[in-house]
Amino acid sequence: MFDQNTLAVIFVSLMGLATLMYAVLDGYDLGVGILLPLDNETDADTMIASIGPFWDANETWLVLAIGLLLIAFPTAHSIVLQALYIPCTFMLIALIMRGVAFDFRAKAIVAHKRSWDTVFKLGSLLASLAQGYMLGLYVMGFNNSFESHGFAVLSAIGVTAAYSFIGSAWLVMKTEDALQKKAISVCKSTVIITFLGIFSVSLVNLFISPEIYLKWFTFPYALILIPIPLICASFFVLCWFVLKRLECKPNIGASLPFIFALLIFSLSFFGLAFSFFPEIVPGKLTIWQAVAAPESLNFLLWGALIVVPTILAYTAFSYRVFWGKVDELRYY
Amino acid sequence: MLSRIQFAANISFHILFPTITIALCWFLVFFKVRFDMTGNPVWMRAYRFWVKIFALSFALGVVSGITMSFQFGTNWPGFMEKVGNIAGPLLGYEVLTAFFLEATFLGIMLFGIKRVPPKVHTLACFIVALGTTLSAFWILSLNSWMQTPTGFEMRDGVAYPTDWFAIIFNPSFPYRLTHMLLASGLTASFLIIGISCYRLLKGDDKQAPKLTLKVALIVAAVLAPLQAFVGDLHGLNTLKHQPQKIAAMEGVWHSEKGAPLLLFAIPDEESRTNHFEIGIPNMASFILTHDWEGEIKGLNEFIGEHPPVKPVFFGFRIMVGLGLLMIAASWFGVYQLKKRKKLPIWLMRSFVLLTFSGWLATLAGWYVTEIGRQPYLVSGVLKVSDAATQIAPANVGFSLAMYLSVYAVLLVAYLHTVFLMARRAVEIEEFDMAEQPIKTISPNGENAYV
Repeated sequence: MFDQNTLAVIFVSLMGLATLMYAVLDGYDLGVGILLPLDNETDADTMIASIGPFWDANETWLVLAIGLLLIAFPTAHSIVLQALYIPCTFMLIALIMRGVAFDFRAKAIVAHKRSWDTVFKLGSLLASLAQGYMLGLYVMGFNNSFESHGFAVLSAIGVTAAYSFIGSAWLVMKTEDALQKKAISVCKSTVIITFLGIFSVSLVNLFISPEIYLKWFTFPYALILIPIPLICASFFVLCWFVLKRLECKPNIGASLPFIFALLIFSLSFFGLAFSFFPEIVPGKLTIWQAVAAPESLNFLLWGALIVVPTILAYTAFSYRVFWGKVDELRYY
Repeated sequence: MLSRIQFAANISFHILFPTITIALCWFLVFFKVRFDMTGNPVWMRAYRFWVKIFALSFALGVVSGITMSFQFGTNWPGFMEKVGNIAGPLLGYEVLTAFFLEATFLGIMLFGIKRVPPKVHTLACFIVALGTTLSAFWILSLNSWMQTPTGFEMRDGVAYPTDWFAIIFNPSFPYRLTHMLLASGLTASFLIIGISCYRLLKGDDKQAPKLTLKVALIVAAVLAPLQAFVGDLHGLNTLKHQPQKIAAMEGVWHSEKGAPLLLFAIPDEESRTNHFEIGIPNMASFILTHDWEGEIKGLNEFIGEHPPVKPVFFGFRIMVGLGLLMIAASWFGVYQLKKRKKLPIWLMRSFVLLTFSGWLATLAGWYVTEIGRQPYLVSGVLKVSDAATQIAPANVGFSLAMYLSVYAVLLVAYLHTVFLMARRAVEIEEFDMAEQPIKTISPNGENAYV
């Protein structure tokens, strides 16, 4: 049996894993939704088909992340979500609309199909914006000032760009011919916007509190930490060159942009998480103060140790089943 | 208050879809296994039609469920503070063991039929069905614990677990789980019966709707009386642990021996009496205590601690009334099918009207048990008023208005689409199993596959 402090670290790591999985996985399917063309039904069908088998499970990572916050740090769950109540409502409504639009579009009459596509696109866009906005407010410690809302808007654009980037990288990997060409060109522009977004969020993050600044520039952490943004930046550059080469040879290394996006997401997430650790509500509450009773967490942990690897295994299995370029989506 | 309405609205909307999907998925497994065994393409057509309705219901269940995970903290901060140590892990296990399982294998079930061997596909269907049932297991365990809490101790006003086995398998859990699974079975059966009849009435002459009608009718005819039996056991269990809920369900104000079974009455909480009573003498005592002169405790013994009477009283009558109607309809249907090989037109029309009767019965029953627990949120541990939120009412009102309008639109779209799919299935010709599905252009649209 673990003591309360160890459990706090274990559960915040699990929550971090779930959040990262969510950002990557739902990130690409939200991105595909944002990029959905409304004037080209064939492309829209192919794009939807590429995320069809996965979006349900992708969104489950959000339920797990929020669930772990609720279970392991209940006080933090209620402070954070009450502070983010309105943007959170927008995000949930958007997720509801896009989720059902996905299913309705395949079943509605033709006249309505276009409308459901619009709902899907707007829902994806609104959900991404809301998530970015919430991230911005979180980084600013839920300050109700003009600057923090301004920063939240910047962060909303950044996250939306990042999702479009990973979404287009997914399409580069999963599609062919004309659609893939379009995806490559979108990917090339979104990779630059994402770079600018991550760059500015990191800068604000550094200078917003002296503690975070100190954490990054004090020996011995600095030795491990300083390379992170450098490596991240080099991935952006590499990704851009890979995309340039893909324009001429679309078959070689088509999955590389997605892999780079995955790495960039992971590094940025790690950098952000490290900046705040061990605080779970910035400036207000640490994980040690917010953690739930050890009897409960131990009980859940044993299950999680068995179940989480199983989940990862069958998720991998599912991706293997649908490996390769997408074929036409059909319900059976 | 607004946040309670919001939570009630969300959970009522959410519960509709799992109620369908839990049992509908087992029907799909059955269709798929029968196809694998017999190779009869009619089973496959039945599967194909119903899997689409399943996917739609499942998507609505998933998205409304995501909302729930956020609202536990925002709408009921006091709940997690006081009993989060117990509720948390149960919810956690639901996400870990059920949600991922069903969501991941759903992808393979819906889109992977050509990419995996047939046996693996059937296995995927089975795993999805298992996942939906597991999810019911955990959430009903939590709900039952809130009704009949055991296996914990209170320290400084916060509940701490002492015995997880006692918490999960609390006294009302086995009854509630069985009752809910059967309710799901009946909801799905009547949905299949209703839609199959609708197709037949619209002139569908194919084998698939006839077959699904037969299967679902037989299942309903078995489950409906079983549900009455389990419901009775569940009632006895409630009498033992929550006598005030039974008193409200039966509209008994004073403790009495040989209490009548009220078929109709209008309970009046002001004067603490019933108006316009119509009842069967001694029947309530007999059903609940299995003794004509058995004593039932009245609401007056629980003043200030009993639920509002009217919704519980009427909710219970709606549920039982629909249950009896389901028994009668399914038995008569099976009898007709056996005698004449087909159903008379008027009966088919009635079945179409009963398509969503399971929803009504489930919601009514859900209100009986949930409102029946009030004024407590967790019986004897936490009152509803101590758990509610402090979010500004204007914000809650705003989000409530948004949710309600979204839910209204979705419900209409869902009902419309289910019947649209049924009509479209009528127009499409059957194709040979050896061929690929043919994309048929029908007047209603072009994304139709059957």
